[in-house]
Amino acid sequence: MNHWIVAPIVLPAVLAPFIVMVLRYHLDLQRIFSVAGVIGLLGIALTITAQASGGDIQVYELGDWPAPFGIVLVLDRMSAMMVLLTALLALPIVLYAIASGWDNRGKHFHALFHFQLMGVCGAFLTGDAFNLFVFFEVLLIASYGLMTHGGGSVRLKAGVQYVTYNLLGSTLFLFALGTIYAVTGTLNMADIAVRVAELPAEDTALLRVGAVLLLLVFCIKAAVLPLHFWLPASYANAPLPVAALFAIMTKIGAYSILRVYTLAFGPEVAATEGLIGEWLQPAALLTLAVGVVGILGAQHIARMVAFCAIASMGTLLIAISLFTPQAAAAALYYIFHSTLATALMFLVADMVMERRGGSIAPKSPMPQSGLISALFFVGAVALAGMPPLSGFIGKLLVLDAARDAADARAIWAVVLIGSFITIVGLARAGSLIFWKSQSAEYAPEGDSEDVPTPEPLPGLAFTAIFGAVLGLVLLTLFAGPALEYTRKTAEQLFAPEHYIAAVLGEEG
Amino acid sequence: MEALVASAVGVMTAAGIFLILRRRTFPVILGLSLITYAVNVFLFATGRLALNAPPVLNKYADVPYTDPLPQALVLTAIVISFGMTAVIVMIALSAYLSSKDDHIDMTAQDCVDNAGEDA
Repeated sequence: MNHWIVAPIVLPAVLAPFIVMVLRYHLDLQRIFSVAGVIGLLGIALTITAQASGGDIQVYELGDWPAPFGIVLVLDRMSAMMVLLTALLALPIVLYAIASGWDNRGKHFHALFHFQLMGVCGAFLTGDAFNLFVFFEVLLIASYGLMTHGGGSVRLKAGVQYVTYNLLGSTLFLFALGTIYAVTGTLNMADIAVRVAELPAEDTALLRVGAVLLLLVFCIKAAVLPLHFWLPASYANAPLPVAALFAIMTKIGAYSILRVYTLAFGPEVAATEGLIGEWLQPAALLTLAVGVVGILGAQHIARMVAFCAIASMGTLLIAISLFTPQAAAAALYYIFHSTLATALMFLVADMVMERRGGSIAPKSPMPQSGLISALFFVGAVALAGMPPLSGFIGKLLVLDAARDAADARAIWAVVLIGSFITIVGLARAGSLIFWKSQSAEYAPEGDSEDVPTPEPLPGLAFTAIFGAVLGLVLLTLFAGPALEYTRKTAEQLFAPEHYIAAVLGEEG
Repeated sequence: MEALVASAVGVMTAAGIFLILRRRTFPVILGLSLITYAVNVFLFATGRLALNAPPVLNKYADVPYTDPLPQALVLTAIVISFGMTAVIVMIALSAYLSSKDDHIDMTAQDCVDNAGEDA
């Protein structure tokens, strides 16, 4: 067996307790080990991506129990790509958290950070539905700690809401898994796919209930419209570097939808036909619409970026709900782009909030305004999907994939008008924050004395943010190879028989 | 038997949802606990209800047995929900102590503003 597959889970799982127990009082050592751990994770992610890009699906049997009985980890193109994205996202965020001193505003930032990475990587790699639940819980527990990192009454209040919502989501997840287990008698995803396909059509009512519940759970994670209420308050009130890391969490919902519904509950299965196309697609369109309205209406920069995250989830889920290999390839490219872009924007928002507060209204000028406004501009270009950055390519791919769809007009209209409103909203915020402050007629009403001038950020913080920008630029420049990879990934996703054969070992 | 278990799950879920819709944190946490109890009983029943049957196969005699997997799942679910309830109690408590208010809803003005907070 290829032990590299379990390494992205084992490395943070060992490192995080080590940081808590041994390095508890040594912040410098914590920082060194944390960065080293993330770089190690990046190395592992690159290795497994190189291994998966050949196209074989590799299976890691935990405890050496064969597939339907034991828990398996599965490495295919999609899981390798998502692990790589996690590591690429984690590196600038941990550097920024260190440079801005966020990791020193509460206890155990680095340990929680690595527990979160462990849960995220585990969720991407597992091939077992109940194990997916367990990894969701691992990443959620860590996220509760990170969300309330630094304290403060408002943040704690938002934390209570966040935990409550996610506990309900977890309970729903258990109900869904219980229902699916009661019908199929298995929790291994590949085995579920086999049993679902064999199920006689008249017995599928209960299974459909389970599949709908499961879709609801993933929609909660992905912040799809009627279930998105947790996101703006949680992300806006979390420490913003943490919110940048949370950019990957909504993508886990999207990943799970792609994984489970291409594998087991596809549209050709009688139990779940119409679920993705008829229900998810309108919800995704509404998500995008509400997201862009939120961007326009937000009065606080963190809330605005949170709504940007919702809008990008809308675009992503539109692509997923088209449910064709071409659309899935576009969605995977867009996942990569939107995660990096959202994280970049949260980091820029953190710099703005540290200097002048987050309200989108004229205030006295802030130090280092030029560089930060340039970064805000780059982030806005990426998030709105304007050329030359990868958001443009991503949206173009989504629109192209929607060309043959039944309601292509609605999709095109919502995506294009949504992009326009995003541009307006971001331009409004940017000009109020960065330009109006310079205007001569505005006189600060004594609050310039109240707000202490923050220390200028060390170069490391800018290095971290420019790292994220570099990621977006590279994703644009190498869009060809990246697309080739996502296209092959989508082909692999829409041929689930290989996945099933690899897991259940019916090939050899 | 089936009716009893089913109504237990249903009543606990209904009561839990009612409590979750309250506006103070204490009933909400009680509601969450009730729902997790409900889901635990539900998970237990997913392996079919069997009375007086051990969760092991007997290869010497054809005796009834019960499905062991839901029991393992319930154990995991109990541990996780127990830990989660402890976490939310602690966060709710510190939110209450720092703002002297245990309402779970937030007003529009409630938004962390770092520059203001540091001042």
